[in-house]
Amino acid sequence: MTTSAGQSKSVGETQPLDAVSAPAMLPESSASRRAHWLARIASFSLSGYGFLGYLFLYLPILILVFFSFNASRSTAQWAGFSTEWYVEMVNDDQIILSLWNSLFLAVVSTAIATVLGTLAAMAMERYFFTGKLMMDALLYLPIIIPDIAMAIMLLIFFNISGIGFEPWKVHFFGVELAVPYSVIIGHVAFNISFVAVVVRARLSQMDRTLEEAAHDLYADNWQTFRRVTLPMLMPGIIGGALLAFTLSLDDFVITFFTSGAGFNTLPVRVFAMIKKGVTPKINAVSTVMLAASLLLVIISLFMRRGGEETSIDIGI
Amino acid sequence: MERTLRRFPALQAWLLLLPATAWLVIFFVAPLVIVLIYAFLERGTYGGVIWIFTVENFQRVFDPLYLDTFLRSVYIAIITTFFCLLIGFPLAFYIATRPQRKRNALLLALMIPFWTNFLIRTYAWLTLLRTNTGLINVSLMSLGLINKPLPLFGNDFAIILGLVYGWLPDMVLPLYAALERLDWSLIEAAGDLYASAPKVFLRIIWPLALPGVVAGSMLVFIPSLGAFVTPAILGAGKSLMIGNVISNQFLAAHDWPFGAALSTLMMALMLFGTLVYFRSTSQKGAIL
Repeated sequence: MTTSAGQSKSVGETQPLDAVSAPAMLPESSASRRAHWLARIASFSLSGYGFLGYLFLYLPILILVFFSFNASRSTAQWAGFSTEWYVEMVNDDQIILSLWNSLFLAVVSTAIATVLGTLAAMAMERYFFTGKLMMDALLYLPIIIPDIAMAIMLLIFFNISGIGFEPWKVHFFGVELAVPYSVIIGHVAFNISFVAVVVRARLSQMDRTLEEAAHDLYADNWQTFRRVTLPMLMPGIIGGALLAFTLSLDDFVITFFTSGAGFNTLPVRVFAMIKKGVTPKINAVSTVMLAASLLLVIISLFMRRGGEETSIDIGI
Repeated sequence: MERTLRRFPALQAWLLLLPATAWLVIFFVAPLVIVLIYAFLERGTYGGVIWIFTVENFQRVFDPLYLDTFLRSVYIAIITTFFCLLIGFPLAFYIATRPQRKRNALLLALMIPFWTNFLIRTYAWLTLLRTNTGLINVSLMSLGLINKPLPLFGNDFAIILGLVYGWLPDMVLPLYAALERLDWSLIEAAGDLYASAPKVFLRIIWPLALPGVVAGSMLVFIPSLGAFVTPAILGAGKSLMIGNVISNQFLAAHDWPFGAALSTLMMALMLFGTLVYFRSTSQKGAIL
């Protein structure tokens, strides 16, 4: 491709699929008319396909939400509307405690991972140094390694290193929690990389002339960082933090294997409930978790308004 | 101090990297090395190890019992990747060809399942697929279309369906990123030169989308191979994958070295896949 990325993008935006059916402009010959109709049919079936694709993604979730309001114990036969499962959920002390555990864990691990990940991202994006390639590998590895492999790695490590599964006893919004240090350590370990990736993406797209201008105006390194770099970087940092927060809230495998006995986060609790049997109460908990992720997506979208990144870099 | 730092930018870089590196070296690299070492030791009676070198753990992987599970996991991961690509490619193409405004809405609609808890999305399928009380079988039976439940649950079909559902957004997003950059004038030119639709696809769209295909396939293949939650829930303990066998070595069998050997092999396979990926695409920034 010889055209620049910007040019080809603008072509793609102004001329969607119909551009393929260029002969449509000359409807005189029957061959081109046939091509025109074929393109129309192709375009129509593509739309139908798109609809089916999204139906596949959403239907199971919608059914799940639907049956959380079921009046009977079944998750397959509708017996009328009821909110009894939500009431039961709220009255279940174990679920509420596991929710607090999840939130505390997510807040703490996100805070640590965001600081460490952002610093690492700045080093990786702004400097050349020996060992950079190795650092690259070290930062990518926790992302690509299957979580079950990372989980048992940490399980062995905590078992033999003497760190063990000692809990951090803490009051969090008036609730007494006991969160094992091992789980926090594990969550930070996988979150650093995700934060670093998101912040790097933002850094690489940032206009550096403003920082140079600040230097030209005799701002020192710290002032430049504090007044120019950091505010511009903020959407990336928040994006990274939100991703880390979500991943921490959602994680089941690593929490399950690094928590020792008796510690539940919401996903761990849900897994245990599923193992015992399916009830609409699990649907109710799921619906609440679904609403929470919906909220996080909306917040992250809102935060990105100013930025021009592609939608990919917050997601992966 | 500050003067020294300014003179050696590499020193600044390492100072910034120090906290993250220290954390990852202690809590990621060290555990990784321990697993690699444990894979070559003999098992202790109640978990743990005896410090005697052995390759027996790796020989046991070739025991038909475990080899079967290993190969089936690879097979399930490949089939999952294939179906994600088959479903995901037209979907990404559909999104990429919509007008800007609609495209943003469609992308958001793709992000929501992506950000939704994997466990919950797996559970959603459990309520649909269960043999006697799942929505699909219950509905079909009450409509009189079938008179005994279809085998939708506790088998490879359920696992593959759950994995395809779970990882489809991971396939679509990089595919979309590749297709969005596609230069449509090339397709127009091909049309002007009377290229048929399949030819346009094979000669223009597919090669240009290839980085997205490779990236998406990696993002689906690796977690599918290491799947733990999906087979645990939708396989109903009857249809296991390698992730479950590994976890059993720690939770039930107390055979740490064998579990370490299995995960070593799994990571080797994953590393192999990643190397293939980095070889075949120079745009390693494309997905991340």
